[in-house]
Amino acid sequence: MVDKNQLRIATRNTGFIDPESVESYIAVGGYQALGKCLAEMKPADVIDLMKNSGLRGRGGAGFPTGVKWGFAAKYASDTKYVVCNADEGDPGAFMDRAVLEGDPHNVLEAMAIGGYAIGGNKGTIYIRAEYPLAIARLKLAIQQAKDMGLLGDNIMGTDFSFDIELKYGAGAFVCGEETALIASMEGNRGEPYTKPPFPAEAGYWDKPTIVNNVETLANIPAIIMKGADWFSGIGTETSKGTKVFCICGKINNVGLIEVPMGTSLKTVIYDVGGGIPGGKEFKAVQTGGPSGGALTYKDLDAPIDYENLVARQSMMGSGGMIVMDEDDCMVSVAKFFLDFTMDETCGKCTPCRIGSKRLYELLDKITIGQGTEADLDKLRSLSDNIKDTALCGLGQTMPNPVLSTMRVFEDEYRAHVIDKKCPAGVCADLLEFTVVDEKCVGCTLCARVCPVNCISGKPKEVHVIDQAACIKCGACLDKCKFDAIIKQ
Amino acid sequence: MAKINSLAELQKKRDELQAAAAKTKNEKVIVNVSLATCGIASGGKEVMEAMKQEAAALGINNVEFTMSGCMTYCFAEPTVEITLPGKEPVVFGYIKGDKAKELVSKYIKSGELVDGVIPASYERIVF
Amino acid sequence: MSMMNITIDGKTTQVPAGSTILDAAKKLNVHIPTLCFLQMDELKFNNMVASCRICVVEVENRRNLAPACATPVMDGMVVKTNTIRVLNARRTVLELFLSDHPKDCLVCAKSGNCELQDLAEYFGMREVGITGAMSTYRQDVSPSIIRDMDKCIMCRRCETMCNNVQTCGVLSGVNRGFDAVVAPAFEMNLYDTTCTNCGQCTQVCPVGALVENDHTWKVIDAIADPDKVTVVQAAPAVRAALGEACGMEAGQSFTGKMVAALRRLGFDHVFDTDFAADLTIMEEGSEFLDRLQKFLDGDKNVRMPIMTSCCPGWVKFFEHQFPDLLDVPSTAKSPQQMFGAIAKSYYAEILGIPREKMVVVSVMPCLAKKYECSRPEFAVNGNPDVDIVISTRELGRLIKRMNIDFAKLPDEDFDNPLGASTGAAPIFGNSGGVMEAALRTAYELATGETLPAVEFEAVRTLTGVKTAEIQVGPHTLNVGVASGLGNARKLLEMVQSGEKQFHVIEIMACPGGCIGGGGQPYHHGDMELLAKRNKVLYNEDAGKEFRKSHENPYIIELYEKFLGKPLSEKAHHLLHTHYFKRHQL
Repeated sequence: MVDKNQLRIATRNTGFIDPESVESYIAVGGYQALGKCLAEMKPADVIDLMKNSGLRGRGGAGFPTGVKWGFAAKYASDTKYVVCNADEGDPGAFMDRAVLEGDPHNVLEAMAIGGYAIGGNKGTIYIRAEYPLAIARLKLAIQQAKDMGLLGDNIMGTDFSFDIELKYGAGAFVCGEETALIASMEGNRGEPYTKPPFPAEAGYWDKPTIVNNVETLANIPAIIMKGADWFSGIGTETSKGTKVFCICGKINNVGLIEVPMGTSLKTVIYDVGGGIPGGKEFKAVQTGGPSGGALTYKDLDAPIDYENLVARQSMMGSGGMIVMDEDDCMVSVAKFFLDFTMDETCGKCTPCRIGSKRLYELLDKITIGQGTEADLDKLRSLSDNIKDTALCGLGQTMPNPVLSTMRVFEDEYRAHVIDKKCPAGVCADLLEFTVVDEKCVGCTLCARVCPVNCISGKPKEVHVIDQAACIKCGACLDKCKFDAIIKQ
Repeated sequence: MAKINSLAELQKKRDELQAAAAKTKNEKVIVNVSLATCGIASGGKEVMEAMKQEAAALGINNVEFTMSGCMTYCFAEPTVEITLPGKEPVVFGYIKGDKAKELVSKYIKSGELVDGVIPASYERIVF
Repeated sequence: MSMMNITIDGKTTQVPAGSTILDAAKKLNVHIPTLCFLQMDELKFNNMVASCRICVVEVENRRNLAPACATPVMDGMVVKTNTIRVLNARRTVLELFLSDHPKDCLVCAKSGNCELQDLAEYFGMREVGITGAMSTYRQDVSPSIIRDMDKCIMCRRCETMCNNVQTCGVLSGVNRGFDAVVAPAFEMNLYDTTCTNCGQCTQVCPVGALVENDHTWKVIDAIADPDKVTVVQAAPAVRAALGEACGMEAGQSFTGKMVAALRRLGFDHVFDTDFAADLTIMEEGSEFLDRLQKFLDGDKNVRMPIMTSCCPGWVKFFEHQFPDLLDVPSTAKSPQQMFGAIAKSYYAEILGIPREKMVVVSVMPCLAKKYECSRPEFAVNGNPDVDIVISTRELGRLIKRMNIDFAKLPDEDFDNPLGASTGAAPIFGNSGGVMEAALRTAYELATGETLPAVEFEAVRTLTGVKTAEIQVGPHTLNVGVASGLGNARKLLEMVQSGEKQFHVIEIMACPGGCIGGGGQPYHHGDMELLAKRNKVLYNEDAGKEFRKSHENPYIIELYEKFLGKPLSEKAHHLLHTHYFKRHQL
């Protein structure tokens, strides 16, 4: 059975065309949108079309692209910049890499369209240095496009010129935040600065600058060619078009998908993703990466769009979807993401620099069985205050994994602090391996594999695990042929 | 490369390329190997090389090898799309070991399907 | 300029477009606490990084709280600064700070002057509800400055000062996350960097992360040592600010009380760096006239301008940053070092003691002087000309520690022979003062005529870069004066590019000159203090019997009895130095 739950706009060419051949791109209508803009549309028309299409930023925050372009167009300046944000860094997210490696000209064309719309003729792709293939293909694509007069001076014989250069990110997650990205491009420490002024007014070298994410840009030539009405006909009331997601984790069809906005989580997980492996129970899915939150069985029927995700304490984010099943401990999941953000915060503002560390420490305390009910209150209030006071999007969303898991899995948190148990059986310090007397045949295998010799018992008699000495490695559980050892 | 000096020239170029592609499609077997970073890492280049060797060994000359970016099926890498002359493209996944040769000796040579076909699960925008 | 309406806590006002919420709040007399924010327009210092988040306020129709210091006022904005939401947020931020801050106020150099301590008091913090791992860094001790990054709150004021104002680029943010801290590149020690020891970072650090290397106990030990003869000198700018460190109002001359205090501390001989300032003018002025004559005669081995060399921060700055200009500054030592050299030769001879028996202590407005006295070229067989340098702040501490009621002290006079000075000396503490003092003497030596008016108003303003044309006999001299190293760089680049031919340049590393020195009492951003100190020194000059260095009878005696004449071989040996090319990183 072939389902048609997916609709590919941004990823329409990846996997189809040869990314190293400009002819291959031209053959599928490449650069027609740019040509159309230059030949038939005024810059203001392009901006109106973008506004009418309802396209919103795919980097995470969902700011309307046309509005952003409109701001930048409004400010008079001798130089304006179009910046492509390709500093993809969410754990488990690789949408942008797929587009850049599979369809680089699409992004270049969109940047030139953006330049034409705002009155700028310089473009920069800020791409993480860990994407060498994407960089190589982009460089080749830029050269090919220039050779054919599709980029560079006097594009397609018009008086519009647009050039694109690459800048490499040095591996800082926070540089995906647009002001930190600009700081990094200018050669400064990658740190966000406070807005306003927004980059559209004073960005790169204090010039009006639009910063658009790769996926956002990848939609644009299609919107120009097929029209605003077509695009706004797809999706929900507030979120138009499609969204690319990377589904990974406990899911059968790990991969890249592109679905119309408004598709339910259920469709994504079960129909597109092929469900959970091993017949396990679906527990949650983390959207929005470390800035997002966990959606659960309660959210399965919710249509995926910007507003719905925010209402559920998550966010669209750039498109990572990490699926978790019954074997995943939600406290540990929150801790995992805090570990990431704690490491990646630039350290500029207090709530993020110190707050992330304190949140992590609280979570760690809970997972090793030393948490108290008061710690749960602390977690919540610290999270709320960090959201309210942090300088940039990273800090403002960093507590989301905590708040969203506490929202739905409060019982699991309470089990950790009150019963000192990890219901999912993940937190080693809270586990106990015990021998089921009725099942133990006294084969001695467990005692022999135990690395700390804490299992005792004579052959053919019931064995006993010394809990004080047990290091919870699970070797006995794996070895026992009689299911006589359980962990709980 | 000749410069393109107008939208009309670009459209002409597109039409020429499309006509050439349609011709190739009718005459040749097209093997498109997914070679994004992930495809390369999972052995995509070796798959392409093995298929080329097998085609040469079997004396099959009408195969055009091409590559593309991500085919989106991470769970089934490496992946290859094969279009037999005049037929719809078919995507094969999980191409490990001798599977690459099998694609040539069975599907390309005689149209015999092998395991690992991935159904197309999407609609794609074209213009 | 268009005006914006804003309502804060129910009170409405209008502010010009571009104003921040904090500006508007000040206008309305609404107090919003700040920590990282610091603005000193006079220095072009603007630390509006909005990183501490203490000043957050509630803005109607805004999702999250806004930093008042950096949020521009929009027309019709409605702001609340005292809601429970705001108070909770600020308290949380403060608790986060305190959770990663050593609570060792008892032994912290900044206790009583610490803005974090003030905030903890302001918020009535009696316990810290948030706890966790604390940052630990090794302490970095240079001769001038102690960096204790355990106390750093990442306000980045020092970075703004070091990079934007002083253009030294030594301090910047390194690492990320919880490990983020301000440090020199590659975690080098300050001593190994291009740090000029100007100490301006210590003036803006709100906490105890950057403080002077305190030598007050060394001074007490030296005074208490019966085998030592202690000689103290006090720099001009100290007398303009010392009272501030002792609880008195700024803007008065504290010279007489300072002398009395030094005597009560137990120094055997209380002398004046001003004496050495007059001596500096004799040497530097003569060197200038000599060089000018050769330059005008077309001697290709001579370069103009001559630059002053009194300021050790400036000296280290050009050694690192402008190694191609090493032969341009005057070879005259600074007044502090001239004093030390004369005290341990001329005066030791008078006392009939070996130099090793004498301890020379300097009281300076400066932290770079601590480094300067440690330079090996300023020692004889390992015995330094100046043994200990303390800053104005440290002297204030000593006075309190020794139970001296500074405000009630009588005015006393310096001892002789190294205590007498002319009006040309105290103005060394002001930017432009050395230039003016040198011009007074150079004019009379060059022309043989009496100077009609001793005040050179063109170099007396508080601006960072001053240039003027001054007629000295037949010569029209182009003079340039800069204070603050960023301003110095501007002048030097003009020299390097040949854009303008200067004849004399005076440079002081600190804004406003030594009155704004890194060792002066903390100004906490109040630049009016500098203007007040500046005035004190010009008044001191006006009140002197002699106004020109060459008229100082004790200087005349020193040359007659000991040195011979300016630039003599002995003068060269004792009073002149040379410079070293240093690395640029």
